[in-house]
Amino acid sequence: MQRTASVKALQGVVTGIGAVSRVTGRGGSVIGGKVALALDKGALGKLAAGRSLFLVSGTNGKTTTTALLAAALGTAGPVVTNVTGANLKTGLVSALARDLDSAVAVLEVDEAALVQVLAETTATVVVLLNLSRDQLDRYGEVRLAAQKWRTSLGARPEVHVVANCDDPLVVWAAEAAGSVTWVSTGQRWRIDATSCPNCGGRISWTGELWICSCGLARPEPEIGGGGNDVVLGGRTFPVQLQLPGRCNASNAAMAVAAARVAGVDPEAALAAMVGIANVAGRYRQVNLGSASARLLLAKNPAGWNETLDFLAAPPAGVVVAVNARGPDGYDTSWLWDVDFERLAGRPVVAAGERALDVAVRLRYAGVPHEVCADPLVAARRLPPGKVELVANYTAFQTVLAAVRD
Amino acid sequence: MIDSAVRVALLYPELLGTYGDRGNARVLLQRLAWRDIPAELVEAPWGEPAPASCDIYVLGGGEDSPQASAAAALIAEGALHRAVDGGAAVLGICAGFQILGHSFFGPDGAVRPGLGLLDCTTARRASPRIVGEILVEPDPAVALPALSGYENHAGLTDLGPGAIPLGRVDVGVGNGDGTEGAIGGRVVGTYLHGPVLARNPALADRLLSWVAGDLEPLDDAEVDDLRKERRQFVSAEAARWPNRKREAPFGWRGYRRRRMSSIDRPSEANFSV
Repeated sequence: MQRTASVKALQGVVTGIGAVSRVTGRGGSVIGGKVALALDKGALGKLAAGRSLFLVSGTNGKTTTTALLAAALGTAGPVVTNVTGANLKTGLVSALARDLDSAVAVLEVDEAALVQVLAETTATVVVLLNLSRDQLDRYGEVRLAAQKWRTSLGARPEVHVVANCDDPLVVWAAEAAGSVTWVSTGQRWRIDATSCPNCGGRISWTGELWICSCGLARPEPEIGGGGNDVVLGGRTFPVQLQLPGRCNASNAAMAVAAARVAGVDPEAALAAMVGIANVAGRYRQVNLGSASARLLLAKNPAGWNETLDFLAAPPAGVVVAVNARGPDGYDTSWLWDVDFERLAGRPVVAAGERALDVAVRLRYAGVPHEVCADPLVAARRLPPGKVELVANYTAFQTVLAAVRD
Repeated sequence: MIDSAVRVALLYPELLGTYGDRGNARVLLQRLAWRDIPAELVEAPWGEPAPASCDIYVLGGGEDSPQASAAAALIAEGALHRAVDGGAAVLGICAGFQILGHSFFGPDGAVRPGLGLLDCTTARRASPRIVGEILVEPDPAVALPALSGYENHAGLTDLGPGAIPLGRVDVGVGNGDGTEGAIGGRVVGTYLHGPVLARNPALADRLLSWVAGDLEPLDDAEVDDLRKERRQFVSAEAARWPNRKREAPFGWRGYRRRRMSSIDRPSEANFSV
């Protein structure tokens, strides 16, 4: 691919600074992008130009869906992607600058950053997964996020959207797009969309169907997922993933739908996804003393409630690691929207910088537990055997950094 | 002792439940269960008649538009008014606190009638939104230990003579005039999330004692550890930013808040209470 001198210069900045940053032990996925953006505000648009650009956004499942979609599109040619989950503009710039040649880019984008990324790039496809409460202190209203998506997609009718028809907030936002592929994901978290994002009225649910008196209703899905198969045009394609849970089957269905827009057929797309065993460290197995721990990320009630569904059966122990730094949200009240009662009957340790908040929540849930701030030490304290180490965003990063060394 | 189960109503959790405030109902029920007092949770979904025969009603925080829907439904039904007349206790958090007053503002910034169960009004807006840890020194008349929580609101509340504040703000903003929350009769309103009853068991027991009589003490050592940690955290942050305390109109305002640029009439630029 032909690249201009300024794009080459951006690549030099990002790779050079990234290398220095890694050598000095600071990680390299964002800092190069930061400097590149400081030197050239239009860096993102320049680096994305000329590529077929797929953006993946939503509250939960962004990183995994991005990895699954990148694998699927990788069957047709080289793909550049932000594999580390750095999903703000700086992370996108860093990822794109490292690979100027790939004609296809699959980028995970923070739900609040999506509007700006859309404005600065010529995206081909936008994948909208779901919207639910997350980082309470920062986002405030999920419907405000939906409103912003809606406005920005309405202004870009040439962008094709792949959207989850089981999430009323996503549907309301995606409706404004020029063209949409609706995918049923079997999403279960509904409490953030009981009042209609369009009119404030009450949405009524009958099974998976939902409708509001203003006319907003669940669109008929073209693709069905969230179970053992992806269903499309009367055909069923079995989903065989190494990644656990209903939520990842949903993510696979969304990725299949997006890959199809690029001409990759579902069978090939799904076959390419089978090889993925972990995503940015999530689902990774590590040995910690006598514990064989699986690292899981859960950062909000919707994500936690999906995670509770696929935890290894008792007597497998569970570490609940919670921090409350900026990327996590400073308010830990969300712990009370998670059904921790379901952890009863297994050994549990409350961990993370906010271990005491977790401990109080577990006490009221009737779940006996120990308290140990360090998640890795906590895992070692559990009885030998299987351990599920579930951490929210920065707690997970801390764990990952520790097991990497 | 009481002869029948204590009924705790969680009102419209899908409208007033954005900030984990459902936890308040969980706490009340569990504190009754630990004391072998029969208790029942009554979830009152929006769109169905609200129960008028419960002992304690819990209203959580929510966004502007659902808040307005909840207020309209409760005014139309009158069930909560009848329950309060019959001696029920009410705990309203944030948006739930605001609708208990005489008026609040809706998503369009226009003044909406509240339930009038607390002598207060919410008519002013803080910009930017008030977000951060809050520590409250209770009013001597309230006789409670310090209240710890997390606030996240733009509305500011003025109390009338028929209500007293829960206390004075030590760290944070609360009502906006140095006070926090309101009590009138058995109706309590506060800006504290956390949830408030999880972090402040004495307040939970106060509500319970109004409807269930004398209560045995419980072992709250684990909550005490959390309260101590939160208190140390806010003190450390306040010490890190000593100047903010002097600058801010209503006490130190949290380590990640910018200066309050205006406190004025509602504006559409500020999206939520």
